Amino acid sequence: MIAIIDSGGANIASVQFALERLGAESVLTRDAAEIAAADRVLLPGVGAAPVAMQTLKEAQLIEPVRKLRQPVLGICLGMQLLFGRSAEGGTDLLGILHGDCRAFCPEGGRSVPHMGWNRLRPTTTHPLLAGLPDVAHVYFVHSYFVPVNDATIAACQYGEDFTAIAAMDNFMGCQFHPERSGQVGARILQNFLEMPR
Amino acid sequence: MLTKRIIACLDVKDGRVVKGVQFRNHVDMGDILELSQRYADEGVDELVFYDITASSDGRVVDKSWVNQIARLINIPFCVSGGIRSVADAKAILNDGADKISVNSPALETPEFIAELAAAFGTQCVVAGIDSRREDDGRLQVYQYTGDASKTIKSKRETVAWARQVVALGAGEIVLNCMNNDGVRQGYDLDQLRAVKDAVSVPLIASGGAGDYQHFADLFQATDIDGALAASVFHSGKIPIPDLKAFLRAQSIEVRV
Repeated sequence: MIAIIDSGGANIASVQFALERLGAESVLTRDAAEIAAADRVLLPGVGAAPVAMQTLKEAQLIEPVRKLRQPVLGICLGMQLLFGRSAEGGTDLLGILHGDCRAFCPEGGRSVPHMGWNRLRPTTTHPLLAGLPDVAHVYFVHSYFVPVNDATIAACQYGEDFTAIAAMDNFMGCQFHPERSGQVGARILQNFLEMPR
Repeated sequence: MLTKRIIACLDVKDGRVVKGVQFRNHVDMGDILELSQRYADEGVDELVFYDITASSDGRVVDKSWVNQIARLINIPFCVSGGIRSVADAKAILNDGADKISVNSPALETPEFIAELAAAFGTQCVVAGIDSRREDDGRLQVYQYTGDASKTIKSKRETVAWARQVVALGAGEIVLNCMNNDGVRQGYDLDQLRAVKDAVSVPLIASGGAGDYQHFADLFQATDIDGALAASVFHSGKIPIPDLKAFLRAQSIEVRV
């Protein structure tokens, strides 16, 4: 069973539907025991970092999430939550991965949010990246970003380079929405589902 | 590099996809789910569903198709039409839509955009603006455009309204240039440029696409983020894969 952590944001349904299309069953939950017992865990997140962290805190999920040993995939804000601190509301995040989250500034004709399809640039090999085409575009919607760091396995460029996919031990995250990224996104989710525990 | 988005707009009336010319005389174009799947398979970057009857009829429409589409397709989509409360928006987003777009209700109550942005984040909130170039050259916002008999000119000037919706929390604007809508003579580049220069969020062009070159003109002459079209896609006049190949050949970055 795959646990999707109910972090309070809207459109979590699309993550669940993407798993359905891959033939995987999932449960939307805030129950720490259920999350700990799951084969894999998804941490989605849409909205603002302070609100998402407050939701996890109130559900008493911060420590249980930090202690997870099975494959965990953060999506969009869910990826950012794995890091140390966000410029969004000066929020302390889960602190599982090292690095901070900054804001895109609208300058030089760059629209903010960064919204649309942009190209992944793998920076290493990793099971999550298996079988992707040479030119792989994925769908982003975000105003904050994590600069490229030790955990980056794929970067993307929007005025500056940032972390598109992060991975360290069992914790992984996509800044984009794999559930809305066509065949490429489906392949990344499939890779996540097939990762050994 | 961020690619230029090609967006197919599906005007929805009573659960069917329709298209009119300059917002009148709607013709049935087909089943929502079939058309959505076809576009996703062909490589369109995003879909927008406008329920064109909702605001002007003063009713909330049956949106069971939102959930069906969210289950079916793996590209982002936006829903617009008759969203008058945070609860309306929440139901649509919970059903799996990625964004909601508001138009007439925001003109009635601009603070509504701020409420939506606070509840769901700016990235979920799109402001739709129907704008007409008046005889004296001024750009004016129109309201209730889903029904020609109820369409009225609002008091708002287009560029000022665009600035205001972004200040309130809209994360994207779709600007429909009404003079050009359905007549296939190209996008209104001057108008689009005027709005793009005034705002920091992504701007999507709507109204006027008739030929491959119109898309190339838009992306070469402006910083517009995406192009929305309906009839030329629905009719098969411009297949999405051919359009993307055409744009790529002109060094315009689009999703493969």
